[in-house]
Amino acid sequence: MSDIKEKISKVCPSATFEEGENLLVNVPEKEWYGFAKKLKDDKELDFDVLSAVVGMDWKDSIGVIYYLTSTSHNWDMIAVKVVCENRDNAYIHSVSDLWKVANFQEREVYDFFGIKFINHPDMRRFFLRNDWVGHPLRKDYDADPKLNPIRLDDEINEDDTCSYVEENGEIVRKPGKVFGEDDYVVNIGPQHPSTHGVMRFRTSVDGEEVKKVDVVSGYIHRGIEKLCEDLTYPQILHFTDRMDYMSAHQNRHCLCMCIEKALGLEVPRRAQVIRVMMDELMRISSHLLSFGCTAMDLGATTAFFYGFRERELVLDIFEKTCGARMSMNYNVIGGVIADLHPDFVKDVKHLIEIMPSRLKEYHDVFSNNLIAKNRLVGVGILPKKDAINYDITGPSGRGSNWSCDCRKKHPYSIYPELKFEEVLMDGCDSYSRYMVRMKEIEQSIKILDQLVDNIPEGEIRCQVPKIIKLPAGRWYQQVEASRGTFGVYIESDGNKNPFRVHFQSPCFNLVGVMDLCCTGNMIADLITIGAALDFVIPDIDR
Amino acid sequence: MTREDFKDNEYIDKLVEELNATGANVMVGKMDDLINWGRANSLWPLCFGTSCCAIEFMSLGAARYDMARFGFEVARNSPRQADYIMVQGTIVHRMAPVMRRLYEQVAEPKYVIACGGCAVSGGPFKKSYCVVNGVDEILPVDVYIPGCPPRPEAMFYGLMQLQRKIKVERFFGGANRKEKIEEFFKQHPEEKGHIG
Ligand code: SF4
Repeated sequence: MSDIKEKISKVCPSATFEEGENLLVNVPEKEWYGFAKKLKDDKELDFDVLSAVVGMDWKDSIGVIYYLTSTSHNWDMIAVKVVCENRDNAYIHSVSDLWKVANFQEREVYDFFGIKFINHPDMRRFFLRNDWVGHPLRKDYDADPKLNPIRLDDEINEDDTCSYVEENGEIVRKPGKVFGEDDYVVNIGPQHPSTHGVMRFRTSVDGEEVKKVDVVSGYIHRGIEKLCEDLTYPQILHFTDRMDYMSAHQNRHCLCMCIEKALGLEVPRRAQVIRVMMDELMRISSHLLSFGCTAMDLGATTAFFYGFRERELVLDIFEKTCGARMSMNYNVIGGVIADLHPDFVKDVKHLIEIMPSRLKEYHDVFSNNLIAKNRLVGVGILPKKDAINYDITGPSGRGSNWSCDCRKKHPYSIYPELKFEEVLMDGCDSYSRYMVRMKEIEQSIKILDQLVDNIPEGEIRCQVPKIIKLPAGRWYQQVEASRGTFGVYIESDGNKNPFRVHFQSPCFNLVGVMDLCCTGNMIADLITIGAALDFVIPDIDR
Repeated sequence: MTREDFKDNEYIDKLVEELNATGANVMVGKMDDLINWGRANSLWPLCFGTSCCAIEFMSLGAARYDMARFGFEVARNSPRQADYIMVQGTIVHRMAPVMRRLYEQVAEPKYVIACGGCAVSGGPFKKSYCVVNGVDEILPVDVYIPGCPPRPEAMFYGLMQLQRKIKVERFFGGANRKEKIEEFFKQHPEEKGHIG
């Protein structure tokens, strides 16, 4: 770490450092863009992944914390803090040309905090209506419902966008257009069954060929991050189950780990094993659903029934132990909430036994089907360098041959002891993404097989204080959720409710590549590309 | 299911009472019965799943729960072909006008089921700055199904309640229902004047 410090001081002498879980670098706004460029391009630093962008309001100033990862240097992470003193006219230079993933991230920060990004090509709101008053995550936000009533008049399709550029030392607003004058724009969604939720794509087409996809999000934006700020730590846990409901266990595992890390709690071994087993079961159920939906989007309804048949087995296991089929609320701070059901081992063994033959069935019915192959192979190309630049993790990133499994790169819980392979494929297309998922089911089965007979006896929860107060500081934790790397950022000021919670969801990045993947393909393929990327909308909108 | 299995029979009784009070022509009454029997057993939902509850609704469509047994399976993606809207999931401010418009596009007679805590009252997100606290703020709701998400069995229970409601309704001259809906919209006008 001190090594990195030296290197950073060399390229940016005015940077100051704060020690913590990750090294935090304070950079003055004026030097931020130049510094970011060096961070990315300097071979000794080589921070090629922008893992998270967290907007912050510290009451006397606002700003952004960037989390950066260097894949070539052992997946080291640093945080960079950029602060604006002027709350009402906050400007920060955009880094969306360096890391493309920042494009949507910065729009989110603008939406939540009102920070404008200089040179960002498209500075519109991301989640809220264009006529929304105020920026909700600011600490001085006026939540009066009179200002923002439920508006039932239709939103006007805004084609106007703007960017802020520097001219002669002054920042000027430059209006722009999303689509050109002659573009033929087709609206898809928000109420469309094949967008897997309520996503809206405004798509310009030339004949049947897609020219540009404009993502309009926010149709299920529930304001979870703001809600968290008024609740205590045990009370915020349940939100994670409802964001990406197909990664409920992993997400909650992540949040619990983040809080446990801050409190310095040691989770009992039995709870660790149970958590990992639940995570893998969740992954299986998620991939099965994804299989079913991909098939159904192509019109193969039978395959959907097959996928759901096995998914019910997993749900039964959850139901017996956790008491619910979905939204399980199983992990708690310090362990898990209830002990395993007596049938657990038997049920898991049954699943392990039948899954290989069922997978074969899927491959016979769907994966090797000619029509499916025609629709998936070579469609929606996402080259590896773009996958890294857009921070596409999870099965979608690994379908582009990017080794990015958080269970291997930032090992947590008991994963270092387990034997499993990271599935990689180099097709970079929809088919590879789909196949990675199917093969990951095999790996999850392998993990379950190693654990099912080795669940240690003991406590399922460690002692936790009655009132949970985190010490002042900031923490960032990542896990491998079903769809990629899920991150939780918590900043605490020592109180019993968090000062700021940010969820870095994998799906948010996935939807960012829709434009890239779809451009040049047929409009009918937009649906399959979306299905193969497999995003869950409430996870994007939060 | 038998009558005793349903927990809330009062409102059905009230509907029947109302019907008896106003009286029905024998011919028309018989026709009503026949048509309602048909309608109640081929209810086509509009898929309106915004979040988690929608996944449970998908399980309803799959083989284990198989809603085709009751005639619910023809989930429509166009409101113009649907009989009722099953609202599964949180409705947020941005979605509200879309929701309302979809409702207006469904052909009469139409029904709304609020499925899941979010659709009933805003659920876990009740206090959020941009969540509608229950679809009944913007649409007249016929059946509420609590749960987060409701179990598939609970969804069936709710759907069967809707069937019962339809069965005792008057298809011919069923103006009462329409009046009620109009009344609702009078009380929930579209927000016109913008602030800020
Ligand atoms: S009621 Fe619960 S399960 Fe249903 S949409 Fe709301 S949060 Fe999700």
